[in-house]
Amino acid sequence: MAVSKVTVAAPAGSGVFTRPNWDAGWLSWLTTVDHKRLGLLYIFTSFLFMSAASIEAFLIRLQLAVPNNTVLNPDAYNQMFTMHGVTMVFLAIMPLGIGFANYFVPLQIGARDLAFPRLNAFGYWIYAVGGLFVYSSFFLGGAPDAGWFAYSPLTSLSNNPGNGTDFYMIGLFVGGIGTLVTAMNLIVTIISMRAPGMTMMRVPVFTWMMLVTAFMIIFAFPPLTIALFQVIMDRTFGTLFYVPQAGAMPILWQHLFWIFGHPEVYIIVLPAFGVISEVIPTFSRKPLFGYPVIILSGIFIGFMGFAVWSHHMFTTGLGPVVNTAFALTSFVIGIPTGIKIFNWVGTIWGGKVVFTTSMLYAISFLITFTIGGITGIMLAVPPFDAQAQDSYFVVAHFHYVMGGGALMAFFAGVYYWFPKMSGKMMDERIGKLGFWFLVPGLHLIFFPQHIAGLMGMPRRTQTYVAGIGLELPNLLSTAGTFVMMIGLILLAVNLVHGLLRGKPAGNDPWDGRTLEWATTSPPPHHDFDRQPVVNDRDAHWVQKYPESVHGHRVPESASEPYDANGIHMPGQSWYPFIMGIAFLPFSYGLLYHNFWVLGLSILIFFVGTFGWAFEGVGGHHLPAGGHAHPKGARS
Amino acid sequence: MESGHYRSTKLPDIKLMMWIFLASDTMFFGTLIGTYLVYKGRSLVGPYPVEVLDIPLTTVSTFVLLMSSFLMVLALHALRQDDTFRFRLWTFGVAFFGSIFLGFQVYEFAHFVDLGLTLQGNLFGTTFFVLTGTHGVHVTIGVIWLLSILVHSFVKPWTSKDEVYLEVAGLYWHFVDVVWIVIFTVVYLVEFA
Amino acid sequence: MQARRWRLGGLLLAATLLLAGCEFAGPQSALDPQGPVAQAQKDIFLWTFWLSWPVMIGVFGTLIFAIVRFRAKNASDAKAIPTQTHGNTTLEITMTVVATVIVVLVAVPTVRTIFATEQRVDVTALEPGDVLVKATGYQWWFKFEYPELGITTANELIIPAGRRVVVELDSADVLHSFWVPNLAGKRDMIPNNRNQVWFVADQPGTYYGQCAELCLGAHAYMRFRVIAEDDAGFDAWVAAFQGAADQVVQADPLVQRGQQLVAQKGCIGCHTIDGYYANVPVGNPDFPNLTNFGLRTTVGAAVLDNTPENLAAWLRDPQAVKPTNRMPTLWVVDDPNADEEIDAIVAYLLSLGVPDAASAALAQGGLHGGQ
Repeated sequence: MAVSKVTVAAPAGSGVFTRPNWDAGWLSWLTTVDHKRLGLLYIFTSFLFMSAASIEAFLIRLQLAVPNNTVLNPDAYNQMFTMHGVTMVFLAIMPLGIGFANYFVPLQIGARDLAFPRLNAFGYWIYAVGGLFVYSSFFLGGAPDAGWFAYSPLTSLSNNPGNGTDFYMIGLFVGGIGTLVTAMNLIVTIISMRAPGMTMMRVPVFTWMMLVTAFMIIFAFPPLTIALFQVIMDRTFGTLFYVPQAGAMPILWQHLFWIFGHPEVYIIVLPAFGVISEVIPTFSRKPLFGYPVIILSGIFIGFMGFAVWSHHMFTTGLGPVVNTAFALTSFVIGIPTGIKIFNWVGTIWGGKVVFTTSMLYAISFLITFTIGGITGIMLAVPPFDAQAQDSYFVVAHFHYVMGGGALMAFFAGVYYWFPKMSGKMMDERIGKLGFWFLVPGLHLIFFPQHIAGLMGMPRRTQTYVAGIGLELPNLLSTAGTFVMMIGLILLAVNLVHGLLRGKPAGNDPWDGRTLEWATTSPPPHHDFDRQPVVNDRDAHWVQKYPESVHGHRVPESASEPYDANGIHMPGQSWYPFIMGIAFLPFSYGLLYHNFWVLGLSILIFFVGTFGWAFEGVGGHHLPAGGHAHPKGARS
Repeated sequence: MESGHYRSTKLPDIKLMMWIFLASDTMFFGTLIGTYLVYKGRSLVGPYPVEVLDIPLTTVSTFVLLMSSFLMVLALHALRQDDTFRFRLWTFGVAFFGSIFLGFQVYEFAHFVDLGLTLQGNLFGTTFFVLTGTHGVHVTIGVIWLLSILVHSFVKPWTSKDEVYLEVAGLYWHFVDVVWIVIFTVVYLVEFA
Repeated sequence: MQARRWRLGGLLLAATLLLAGCEFAGPQSALDPQGPVAQAQKDIFLWTFWLSWPVMIGVFGTLIFAIVRFRAKNASDAKAIPTQTHGNTTLEITMTVVATVIVVLVAVPTVRTIFATEQRVDVTALEPGDVLVKATGYQWWFKFEYPELGITTANELIIPAGRRVVVELDSADVLHSFWVPNLAGKRDMIPNNRNQVWFVADQPGTYYGQCAELCLGAHAYMRFRVIAEDDAGFDAWVAAFQGAADQVVQADPLVQRGQQLVAQKGCIGCHTIDGYYANVPVGNPDFPNLTNFGLRTTVGAAVLDNTPENLAAWLRDPQAVKPTNRMPTLWVVDDPNADEEIDAIVAYLLSLGVPDAASAALAQGGLHGGQ
């Protein structure tokens, strides 16, 4: 790309392959560089992985329904909870946030795509390939079983000779590359491609939180990637990074993992904060309360997220001084989080609260996340953490934060943005019914786990001691999975129902506030017919109700025509797909020590890079101020 | 870069992208250097750093790499002046000096292996080879990149309009150079301080 | 709305139960402290727990009031446009101050408790009465050594009540964690990372412990017991171990036969038994030491109570009792001699540390009478 000399509308067929210009059909999904299609692919793929993770969770709870149960043997159990964690964190919740970002960041800032559309497609294919690769482990000798944080030396070849750990290490290594390039792409997009008039303090909060998230990704993923690389080297080439017998310190892995891992928590939660900050104002019909405070606290959380990692390691004997330091930083990070919750409540205050399903999920987020935040502060107290660490109390805590927090926020996002993405409405009755199974079910699963943890139940155990009071909480917890499962099935039903039978949504079904509601549902290929011009945080709202914003100078125009060349639409490309898929031979070659296959993949990368670069951006131009996109003019 | 779309900053996308990539790459090297420092002095068996590191030799290769950065500046300056000959000459010079550096590294690695320092031998070997090897891969990519620019400039002449593409390659090259200064200090000089 | 109130009700109920305390008592409960360290840890938990109530009532109360008070009453109300307020600086500052105050209220006792419970004890300068133990985690059992007393045992840590016990932690393979909720929070056992935990048991009693760091395989069955004795009981236990090398095997022929079988079946290839044919060194220090096994209360790392039936079941098929553990199965399914041989080995093992059959029951009762 670096040496590509962008000429306007590179001629078709300038690459090694004829430049694809599919208009429809499944092939068009392989070569697409459209941020909306890629966003949908991300969201769809993450739902697939989430289904797998739900089944794994269900099996875990079945096994734990009663002590000494035999649904899963210890090995199968270890694989289930490891894959559940890996899937939810890396393959489901985080990509769901990235999927929403893909779809809505350009729309919210009035852009026609991300800054590097082909790189965006590349990121998606790496994620898909990495996920499939990790899941193929189930059929190739067993899934990873060392927990989602894979503590050394449990992952060394001598302690874990199976292939499962290799699947984890290589899969996350590859997937991490995809996440990194996508994050870099988002940063450039948000910094460079905002519509005229959209200063940083007018950027919608979801986009703002994605910017902070993307910055966290580019600093947090490298330590993980290197740590994974070190273990891959240990297992493949016999290096000594995590071999205690050679003097290595297994605790190094924990530091590197959590230097990534704690920011990862915010990488998941900040986009959720963003979604909530869109949903609550819309359904309270009021601007977000304390917008600058929400933004600043998000940035503050982003910075502090890198200064609290050792609170995952209070029991590793770092000593009282280190534990005190990390306890204090962890308390401090609680302050901006609390402020955010206060501001969301403040947004509702004095508004007109419309109880859509989306809003119900947002309200449940506020409650669940507050409880999760409080137990988080408790866990930041090292002496209590000594009791709660690695017990079910921690399991309960992070499921309140990740499941009841981030995931519920994203479900609010699904209900909120589904009309925009599909042009159709989801059914509110099914939605609300599902909500009343899903959220109470979630609490029924995870609330008793606090008590199980305090009663002495360690996590990651495939059974527990009978007769010391653990039976009831576990049984309740398992019962909860059935309730929540009904809610999840109703959500799936509602999605299908909405796609097939949903009522037409119109451009702006929720009376929205930000720019994505200014274009059609679903938006045209080029997003906006005219370049939006922004003069308020609630760019779309202020156009609709200028009189509601006191003292606001009503702008003359909400948009301007694109410049004389018209809007440039990037061309489709095979290279992102080919280079993404090339990670399959790369991964399997590395895993099975087949260096011919590995070499082949590196050859593909090498040739592909040049093909990619010399192919150029390509694309075509829509006429200035163009309306519907001219059919067949996509090359 | 791409016409037809408004840009809210004056910075070309690709340049911003490179800065962000380098910020991220800093963390990659930071982690590797951190690992090296954590394991410094923890090797249970030799060869130990003082037994194998050769400061004069590596000083020469470091100097070569530093000079290549200087040539990079000249190449970019030439391209801005539309001085095609000097642009090609200095770009070739950067790639050539980079290759000399890589030659030194290959020699050094082979020599260390002869002395018994291997990836699998002790922690020093493990951390040293992975750290300097990763840097070597960066230099190799940079050399290939610059040579590609050179070849491409014969296919389709580069002018000052293409400046940003060379500038981005230059940013990368300077970064790799700076990282080497850090590695040279941490791995080599500190050992004898 | 209804369910949210119900949820709050559930929380209230849980709090009441917590208050009652006794509901959450148990031999492995962190809410049932039996020593000063666990007590301090529970106290700081309760402090944060009570502090969370005003926070939750404040947030949830305001939230519920707001969504009820400011709900759109009907379809046309849902189209109304409320005043478009953007924020309130005074309120923001106030809330920041409130949040900071709450955090400080948590932080101050936290720091105090950290330094009260987590200071490393200098094991070269122990105070009189302190007991030093070296605990090593193995997949999937615990080795306990008393360096000052020359005792090595497994899975049951016998300590004197009322005296400080300092446990040095190490791991022989992967990560493990030493956790006795009644006595102290966990501390990880990490290779090449010297760790330590200390605690005091106020009263004689039996406290459950369990490995709390994933170690694969039989991780869920990697349990142990801490048994606190009064001083006399502890001294008797120490004497029994220090004299184990000289103990006389019971005359009972079944026991004698068991002693031979322990060699024939290969047990002593791994398991050390002090006093097994006086002064014949047997076993391997990386496997559980069975010296004075008759004094143990559990089998298989605290998975089963140490009764003849359980011990026989364990010997017959260790994998059925504790899946994936490393004890081999010594008899094929239809081995005609299995019953007889297992009985003999059980008799022998249960006789270890017990002077003779007649006094076995008495000795057992005397040593662990405090339970």
